[in-house]
Amino acid sequence: MAAQVFAFIVHKDGVADDSALELISAARNIFPDASPTAILTGAGAGLDAVCQEVAASYKQVWKVGAAALIYPNAELVRPLLLKLLPKGAVLLLPHNTFGMDLGPGLAVKMGATCIPDVVGIDGLAGATLKVVRQEFNGQASTHLACDVSNGAVISVRSGSFRPDESRSAGGQVVDKSGEAVGLSARRRFVEVVQAEVGDVDITKADVLVSVGRGFGDKENIPVAEELAQTMGAVVSCSRPIVDAKWLEKSRQVGTSGKTVKPKVYLALGISGSFQHMGGLKGNPFIVAVNKNPKAPIFQVANVGVVADVLEFVPELTEKIREAK
Amino acid sequence: MEILVCVKRVPDSAENEIEVKADGSDIKRDDLVYSVNEWDNYAVEEAIQIVDRVGGSVTVASIGNEEAEEVVRREMAMGAHQGLLLVDPAFEGSDGKGIAAILKAAVLKGQYDLVLTGAQADDGAAQVGGMLAALLDWPYASLVNKIEVQDGHTLKIGREIEGGNQEINEIEMPCVLSIQTGINEPRYVGIRGIRKVASVEIPVMNAGRLGIDPAAVGQAGAGVKRVDYFVPPAGAGAEILQGSTAEIAAKLLDLLKAKGGLK
Repeated sequence: MAAQVFAFIVHKDGVADDSALELISAARNIFPDASPTAILTGAGAGLDAVCQEVAASYKQVWKVGAAALIYPNAELVRPLLLKLLPKGAVLLLPHNTFGMDLGPGLAVKMGATCIPDVVGIDGLAGATLKVVRQEFNGQASTHLACDVSNGAVISVRSGSFRPDESRSAGGQVVDKSGEAVGLSARRRFVEVVQAEVGDVDITKADVLVSVGRGFGDKENIPVAEELAQTMGAVVSCSRPIVDAKWLEKSRQVGTSGKTVKPKVYLALGISGSFQHMGGLKGNPFIVAVNKNPKAPIFQVANVGVVADVLEFVPELTEKIREAK
Repeated sequence: MEILVCVKRVPDSAENEIEVKADGSDIKRDDLVYSVNEWDNYAVEEAIQIVDRVGGSVTVASIGNEEAEEVVRREMAMGAHQGLLLVDPAFEGSDGKGIAAILKAAVLKGQYDLVLTGAQADDGAAQVGGMLAALLDWPYASLVNKIEVQDGHTLKIGREIEGGNQEINEIEMPCVLSIQTGINEPRYVGIRGIRKVASVEIPVMNAGRLGIDPAAVGQAGAGVKRVDYFVPPAGAGAEILQGSTAEIAAKLLDLLKAKGGLK
């Protein structure tokens, strides 16, 4: 089966998202000699700059500039892509907050198959694409056989495909801005409200003691605080802790929280969802303590302890205190 | 305001060790603890709070069997006014689009201003809300973490985007929103609350009542089919420290010292 392959490039402040180069590798896992066309929407000089950057990696770049597209509103981008994409197209996009907003509805409107949050692509046989996904918060993987005879919208998990850094495409930017005329949506972008700043900046800490759901109750947070104090570390946390209002949002590590670069990271009672790990950069030494030996955190940690945090952490605090 | 909330009964992944069956056909489900999908529970709470402010009613719908009834009843105990069960053998094996098609039929049987789903469920696909909106041709927003009713036609909503920032939008009703966790603090449901709604009748609709072609949903209509579940070959993974708690703590102390984890 032959299909035209496209990659939707997310960009911000004139710079392409890391996914731009990962989508090239993902496309080649479907069609080994694929030369995907990049599509970028936006407005102004920032859009031109990022199109030039992307043209180093994609032979063909479609630029759609319009004042209405200055902020990426999926409800406007979807009808635009319906006009732009040929029948049976395969579109790759990142599985981020924009991809989740755009992709499923686009697949339905295209009459194509929606394949979300893909972490691996085994290849195409006839019109059946075999992909790998994860379920149950990363605790089990699954192969899916997807009928792509009428095209597909595939959202790709960040970091799952090796970025193609060759930058040897010497591509061309084609201006498709004429297609953006007359777009309208029943959802209007108003503004972005920046996340609140807390009293502690976890992004500057060398050592983080990070609290997860395994602590079970707000009353148990001091167990982690005591360890952090003994170590001279800062307390951070995973998303459920913020949802439950046990700690403030500014302490959350993850794609929907802060990106941190500590030297040492203690993940205590944290399962290690990809959204959480997405906020941990700089290759720290990771210690995981979790009572569930199947927790995905043990796949990425350097050292693991299979134990209930409430039993183990006080013991560790005591040992460190004695050693001082 | 008439609000429909779509909920799913799922294995609680915070409470369970998920294991794959030897033949890969499924996960081992016998001893799993099931509950309402966490995102959906936030959606129900949000719907109840909206109706408390502006009036109307909340209907909770789920696709499944008698077991799905248990989560619908739980959400009714929270304060949802009606339940709705969508049950048919033809629904089994539906992919995301099949689920969205069944829900679309249910939405069109009512007079809803707003449909809420959880942002994602146990399969992490985050797709049904967006597909449902597209099938209905209604506007959509995902990852919603704030809803303010502006007037009879418009909502002001916040979407959680990267870095924990919030994207504010205005959206026209009727619309579909997928709800992110943390939007509110779902109320506790006690045994007494569940008893109160134990005998309330929950309407059941099958493919025929919904006007759904059985061939368009379920395994037959699925463009995406599961081949198997598997456990990926373990990478290097963590070195699991062994010994008594005291021994492990001592080993970890040495490692933390060596790696600069103590000040």
